[in-house]
Amino acid sequence: MLAFTLRRAIQAIGVMIAVGVIAFSMFRFAGDPVNQIVSLDTPAAEREAVRKSLGLDDPVPVQFARYFANAAQFKFGVSYQFRQPVSNLLMERMPATLELAACATVLAMVFGILMGVYSALRRDTILTKFFQAVSLIGISLPTFLIGILLIYLFSVTLGWLPSFGRGDVVRIGWWTTGLLTLSGLKALIMPSITLGLFQMTLIMRLVRAEMLEVLRTDYIRFARARGLTTRAIHFGHALKNTLVPVITVAGLQFGSVIAFAIITETVFQWPGMGLLFVQAVQNVDIPIMAAYLLMVSLIFVTINLVVDILYTVVDPRLRSTIRRPA
Amino acid sequence: MTVPVLSVRNLEVEFITRRSTLRAINGVSFDIAKGEVLGVVGESGAGKSVTGLAVIGLIDPPGRISGGEIYLSGTRIDHLPPEEIRRIRGKRIGMIFQDPLTSLNPLYRIGDQIVETIRTHMNLSETAARKRAIDLLAEVGIPAPDKRIDAYPHEFSGGMRQRVVIALAICAEPELIIADEPTTALDVSVQAQIISLIKRLGRDHGTAVMLVTHDMGVIAETSDRVAVMYSGRIAEIGPVQDVVQNPLHPYARGLMGAIPTLAGEDKRLVQIPGSMPRLSAIPPGCSFNPRCAFAFDRCRVDRPEPLKHGSQAVACHLFDTAPHEAAKETAA
Repeated sequence: MLAFTLRRAIQAIGVMIAVGVIAFSMFRFAGDPVNQIVSLDTPAAEREAVRKSLGLDDPVPVQFARYFANAAQFKFGVSYQFRQPVSNLLMERMPATLELAACATVLAMVFGILMGVYSALRRDTILTKFFQAVSLIGISLPTFLIGILLIYLFSVTLGWLPSFGRGDVVRIGWWTTGLLTLSGLKALIMPSITLGLFQMTLIMRLVRAEMLEVLRTDYIRFARARGLTTRAIHFGHALKNTLVPVITVAGLQFGSVIAFAIITETVFQWPGMGLLFVQAVQNVDIPIMAAYLLMVSLIFVTINLVVDILYTVVDPRLRSTIRRPA
Repeated sequence: MTVPVLSVRNLEVEFITRRSTLRAINGVSFDIAKGEVLGVVGESGAGKSVTGLAVIGLIDPPGRISGGEIYLSGTRIDHLPPEEIRRIRGKRIGMIFQDPLTSLNPLYRIGDQIVETIRTHMNLSETAARKRAIDLLAEVGIPAPDKRIDAYPHEFSGGMRQRVVIALAICAEPELIIADEPTTALDVSVQAQIISLIKRLGRDHGTAVMLVTHDMGVIAETSDRVAVMYSGRIAEIGPVQDVVQNPLHPYARGLMGAIPTLAGEDKRLVQIPGSMPRLSAIPPGCSFNPRCAFAFDRCRVDRPEPLKHGSQAVACHLFDTAPHEAAKETAA
């Protein structure tokens, strides 16, 4: 088990180095960084002085090693537009994005699994048909459109919920949370729905398909022949088997929830990392873009690792193959 | 005479499809006495497994029991509400399926699955149920059952898993065990062990066994009586010795003729020409008539009912001696 985790961790580091190369090469391919810093009429000698002081005249591998070593300590340089360390900016914005993503994922998991199980067990009811229709909408409507429709309905027409921002936040250490104030919670509702809807429909469809598959298996038939109660069969035997693949997808989806939060954050002017990234793109603020790329891939890789480990917790068959590698 | 453990009368099972209604079982009747093993043989699709599933109440839509009666120790069980038949399943009727590799839930320890079944049907504490589970595993021949009880299904071989499945089937002392091709998925040496295990359990507990298989060798070894099914009907039923040595129905004769013998010279095995009709195209009269070498006019019109002939009962006009004596002569 330890060997397996270690092997996976080493693979994860390999992936991070590869991403680091891409992030680093952004600096080199998006024009000369010195030009971004100095003004148009700076004399050439001064430009060279800046280049030298920033270490940009060193060989490329040296520059990369320096960049990666700094990145590993969460030092991503200084933002061109804000003139502040990128890591500070990211840290400031991260709680907002993580809270939004977590809330959207919990929403998607809870309702996705409930609706999926229900529509698999009661295949022909009106409610199932309704869920199917909702899932079709959720999977086919683009996120920004759902966000705008929600704003139109609940903010403009009904005036129940705020159309932008995070509401009042409470500071706990370096973390800021909107979960403890009423306005924070109200502000969280629509962005979470917008961000989670696609994941919810995805999970619902996956759970439904998996559950129908599992209900057809021999061990479910045998469980019925053993006279177990319908409840024990559906929720003890079938659901647990259904959740094995759902864990992978839901886990990986959490990564893409954070990545796709860019759109939702833009629509709702949510002060998270996604919005920061969009501003960075508009202003060619490469240190922020590179750092964001690294952060998102770090989150992805971490989630992948956690999912792999979680897999073995749920499925005993994997546990033994890992313990005794073939 | 005592009441048979299982009594099936004129059972009919239909499958409703979009185009038509297919009758998979058409008027099947048989009894199984306490401690008796009834073998049910026939080709794939003859209705053997469906009969077993009908008895235990596991025919799923679009299938349904459309006629006949099923009695368990004298009580009718085929029309019970789902919750009541559920209580009978596993408690009074145990079932063993074909493939032990897929019959057990891969995510739960076998002990948990046995304890769960025991506690569903018997009023036992967790510890008592666990003790009973260990005893059951010992009884079905799992070595070191007190250790193996905490193993997962994938940690057992196929034969061992079938033993676990059998332990699950007998864990609430059922009156009847339905074994649906219990040895088909196993290799030959393990087959013999499983067969003798089922036989021993039936004898020790006085359990009636309905053994569904297409392996005549298994039937000859285990069964007291045998029913030969063809196209949703019983063609012939009787004591295993008589049916194997002296089959009456032309189909049964064909089946027995197709068994290779050890002493056998290099003769070609008998083959029944053609194949079983599809459910949507069952011919009128005797459903075997297109393949039967002895078919005569009446076979193409009249459906034969099982009639007593010595120790056997056979559904064939050749043995309907009374009014149609003349017909038999034309048969050859």
